[in-house]
This record gives sequence, structure tokens and C-alpha cells, in this order.
Amino acid sequence: MSIRKRGHGGSPPEVAANGLIDRRTLLGRGALIAGAMGTGVTTSLTSAAAEPLPVDPWSMEIGTAIPPYGQPAKYEMNVVRTVTNPKNEPRTTQARTPHHLLNGTITPNGLHFVVSRTGFPDIDPAKHRLVIHGLVKKPLIFTVEALARYPMVSRIHFVECGANSAPLYNKDPAQANVQAIHGLLSCSEWTGVRLSTLLDETGIDPKGTWLLAEGADGPSMNRSIPLTKALDDVMIALYQNGERVAPSNGYPMRLLVPGYEGNMNVKWLHRIKLIEQPVEAINETMQYTYRVAGPKAWRYFFPMEVKSFITHPSPGLTLKEPGFYEIAGLAYSGNGRIRKVLVSADGGKSWGEAALDAPVLSKALTRFRMPWHWNGQPVVLQSKAWDEAGNWQPTRNEMFAVRGAPKVNVPVTAFPMGHMNVITSWAIDNKGEVKHFYA
Amino acid sequence: MRNCLPVVGAFAIAFGSAMAVAGDGPGLGKSVTGADLALWDISIGPDGVGLPPGSGTPAQGAVVFAQKCEACHGKEGKGGISAALAGAKRNVGNYVPHATTIFDFTRRAMPWQQPKSLTNDEVYAVTAYILALNKIIGENDVMNAETLPKVHMPNRDGFVSRYPEKH
Repeated sequence: MSIRKRGHGGSPPEVAANGLIDRRTLLGRGALIAGAMGTGVTTSLTSAAAEPLPVDPWSMEIGTAIPPYGQPAKYEMNVVRTVTNPKNEPRTTQARTPHHLLNGTITPNGLHFVVSRTGFPDIDPAKHRLVIHGLVKKPLIFTVEALARYPMVSRIHFVECGANSAPLYNKDPAQANVQAIHGLLSCSEWTGVRLSTLLDETGIDPKGTWLLAEGADGPSMNRSIPLTKALDDVMIALYQNGERVAPSNGYPMRLLVPGYEGNMNVKWLHRIKLIEQPVEAINETMQYTYRVAGPKAWRYFFPMEVKSFITHPSPGLTLKEPGFYEIAGLAYSGNGRIRKVLVSADGGKSWGEAALDAPVLSKALTRFRMPWHWNGQPVVLQSKAWDEAGNWQPTRNEMFAVRGAPKVNVPVTAFPMGHMNVITSWAIDNKGEVKHFYA
Repeated sequence: MRNCLPVVGAFAIAFGSAMAVAGDGPGLGKSVTGADLALWDISIGPDGVGLPPGSGTPAQGAVVFAQKCEACHGKEGKGGISAALAGAKRNVGNYVPHATTIFDFTRRAMPWQQPKSLTNDEVYAVTAYILALNKIIGENDVMNAETLPKVHMPNRDGFVSRYPEKH
């Protein structure tokens, strides 16, 4: 699928149309780097220093006292979540991660996405309890302090709302940025106790093949989860990126159900009940069901399927001039590791393989990168991911053949379809402006 | 050392599961009984197991609804700042497959400002009112632990499960 050809006169090898450069130029291999440097790509970067450099004021004074808890630089105050319900009115709040302003794969705790029915509860950890009961041999109740003494594991996993990327199901491309379209997705290092460790102590009645997990928040949000999954890799997370789980992400503990839709990762977890069949909670019979083509809606659709999108460039990140840019983005799958990401700059006609930042972890965000020389002409950027289970990210037409095509346009805060993992296209015009586009 | 192994094994068997628990993990959970969990164990399955005593009619529910639900859900549940409960193309009455879900969610999560403040009679009554607004039950039907699970919801067979998933 990829086109590989040599450029003229020492220019970097182009692997696909419109300036996509071989990913190995990132790896510091002499010949390829020398080739890249030999072009006009870096001209504008080397032509800046025309007068003597001043000594800046911060180099001539003492700094600010180090605070007990650090905050981002004051110049980065625009790197925040977008919050749909800042006054906490009687409706769900969506807080979205600004992926276009971040890089790497780990989401800072204050920027982790949130979907919450009634804000976040003020839970006293000294009074919080976790109960495991139902079809178990010995129901048990745990304090936070007791759980913190159990053997723990640390795992890096993404959490993604089942309805993330729903704006891609609009009839026309929503003019929105990557935060609005893909911001209900985050990735953290979670540390906690494996649920199987606790179920070893309660024992399991053979009739118990599902469990319900319930939060201690006002609405007692609950979901049913198959026991098979619970025994595989589910954990009760106490820590998020090294510190206790953030209040809006479930303090003092949340369920982590790697790869499954975010709503199942119950926040403020206080009860697990083993049951024979799904409880038919509102969040699995009304929300988180998917009306597709055909007479029956889908439910119990759990894994977030393989997806990728480009974060840089993306809408709002205008290219100021032709020249070298790194195309960067995120890829992930609820079914395992990312195996491959291809990038196109001509709307999917030709593709080059992106470099994947190591380590590539199962059910975690993977950062992909692709060197690119933009010649100033209009282009359409796309990325397409494959996972180790053999799944690939569908085109819009491939998905709509199964689910039916969108007929209307709704606001980006509405959720016309879930589990939307189709390819995202960014169109860049000759002024460098980036817009969401359907290729 | 080898000679000790059979002795350890016999010890664990003789003292049963308590020793097995102590040997397998930290054992820091405390035993809890069903009575301890009476206020916590609020989930109700589609078979109705867990439904509490009490009852309510649509007429009784209309009174509660006007006081505690209408401000958000609109007159006769037609919708407002919060979702429509009747009269919409897709609402809880014409979409969820079992009526128990309406009782369960209302009891655990509503009213929005004061979840879990309704009595069981009030929850039965509001559930009956919502079902009557959707013309699923009659104006005089009484909802209780026996009748509610038997309500046939119009979208009862409207779903297909994607689990277990195929890779």
C-alpha cells in the first residue's frame, strides 16, 4: 500500500504523496538525517538569528518560590478541558481532554476526561467502603486503608467514553477540533488491586457469571460486567499517575475495566454484586445502546475498537509556512496492542507507515509520528490503525455499510452513535488552515 | 524441608476455608451480612428480584411528579431541561426492555437534587405514572413488587447483545 521512492538531489525519501517522509529519518540514522537536512526544509529555522541575543530578565533575578503542589506554566493556562455544564445544572457534564495541546501518551490528572451525571461527590476516604456480595461464598467489606495494604499492580491503560468521536456520525463534517471530536479519551498509569485478588477471598458461587459495579455518587451509577472480564484484567484503582485517583475520576477508588467502554469503569466505586445476568441498569438499556441499521439496537457492546487520529496538525493548529512538520497522533485498541499505523496526506490514495513510540502497550494510547514536508498546497491528512487482534480502523463507508449512514447533523455534545472508530480526515488549505473534512 | 510439605497440606485441609483465606491473601475484608446491606443493595434485575414492599398508582404518581419531577422533565413528562419521559420518539417508556429499570433508576438517582429521597411507595407511583403516560399500563393499574416485573414493555425484544464479542 505504501509508495517508496527517492527524492531528487539528497532530499529525504518520500514514502507517500504530498511530502510524507520515511519514518526512519526520526531515528537518527546518518544518511537519512543528512538527506533531510540537505533540503530547504529547515531554512526558515536557521535564518532567525540576525542580531546579538539579549540577556533576558529571568536570567538576572531570583526565581519564584517552589510551591508545595506544582501547576503548569502560566503561559499554558489555555490547556484545559472544555466543560459542557460548568454550573452543574440538572444534566450530564462532559469534560474533554485537549489532545491538540498535549503530546506523549499520558494524560495529566487535571485534564483527564469526565462524563458525570451530577458533578463529583465529596467522599471522606475514612468512611468510604467497598462491599463485594451477591453470588459469593463470603461477602466482604473493605475500607480504603485495608485495600491499600493489598498487593497492587500498575498498568497503563486508556479510558474512552463509549460515545467518544460521535461527531464523526454527523451527515456533514462537524467544524470542531480534536478536543471536541475525540476528547472523551484519556490515558493514565493506574495502580490498584486486581479484582480477582479480592474475589479469591470472597469465593465465587458458580451461578455468578456477571457482576454489577456501583458508585457512591448521588445517582449511584451502575453497570453490569461479565465475570470473565473481571477475572482477566479488571482492577480497583486507587492511584492515577502516581497520586490518588482524582476526585472527578472516582476518588477514592474506581473500577478499571481495560479496553471496555468508559462508562463501565465505575467511578467512586462502593459496591460489587455478583449476579446471574445483567441487571439492565439505565446505562445499559437506554444509554450505551446503539441504534444501527436493522430492527434491533446493539447493547453490551463493550470493547472500544481500534482507532487513531492525528493531533498535530489538527483544527486550530494552523501551519504558518511551508516546510517541515511532524504529523503526530494517537492510536489505541480495546482489543490489545497497536500493530501498525499508516498516514496519508492525499486523502487515502497513498500511505506511509508511521513510527510508533515505544513501548507499545496493550489497551493503552500509542503515539505515532510521521515526518512531513508540506509544500504549501492543499492536502488531506488521515491515519489508519491496525491492532494485534487483526482489526483495522474502518473507512466511513465500511462502517456505514453495517450501521447505516448518518442522515442529520447534531451538536458535538450530542451522541448520535457510539463506538465510532472511523478514519478522521483533516483538510489543510493553501493558507495552512486545518479543517475537519470527509474524504 | 521436603518432609514438612505433607504436614502443611494436612493442616490447611483440616482447618478448612478460613486457613485457606489466610494463606491466600491479606484477608483484610470484614464479613458483612444481607441485613447490613439493606440500604445499599438497591439494584433490581429484570426479573424483579430485590423490589421492595410498597405500591403506587398513576394518579398517586402524578401528584409526586408535579412536585418533584416536572420542573426538569416537563409537564406530563414531555421534556424540559432533562429528558422527555413520554411523547418523544425515543424515551424510557418506549425504549427500555423492562419496567424494573425505571423503578431502579428513579429510586437510586432521582430527583436530581435529592437522590434516594423518595419513599418506595412514591417510586412505585412515579413509575406507574410514567408507564401510564406511555400508555403501557392503564390509569388504575397498581404497580408493586408483583405487578411491575410483569409489565410488557413495547421494546422488550428490541436489542441484540454484542457480548461475547468476536475478535
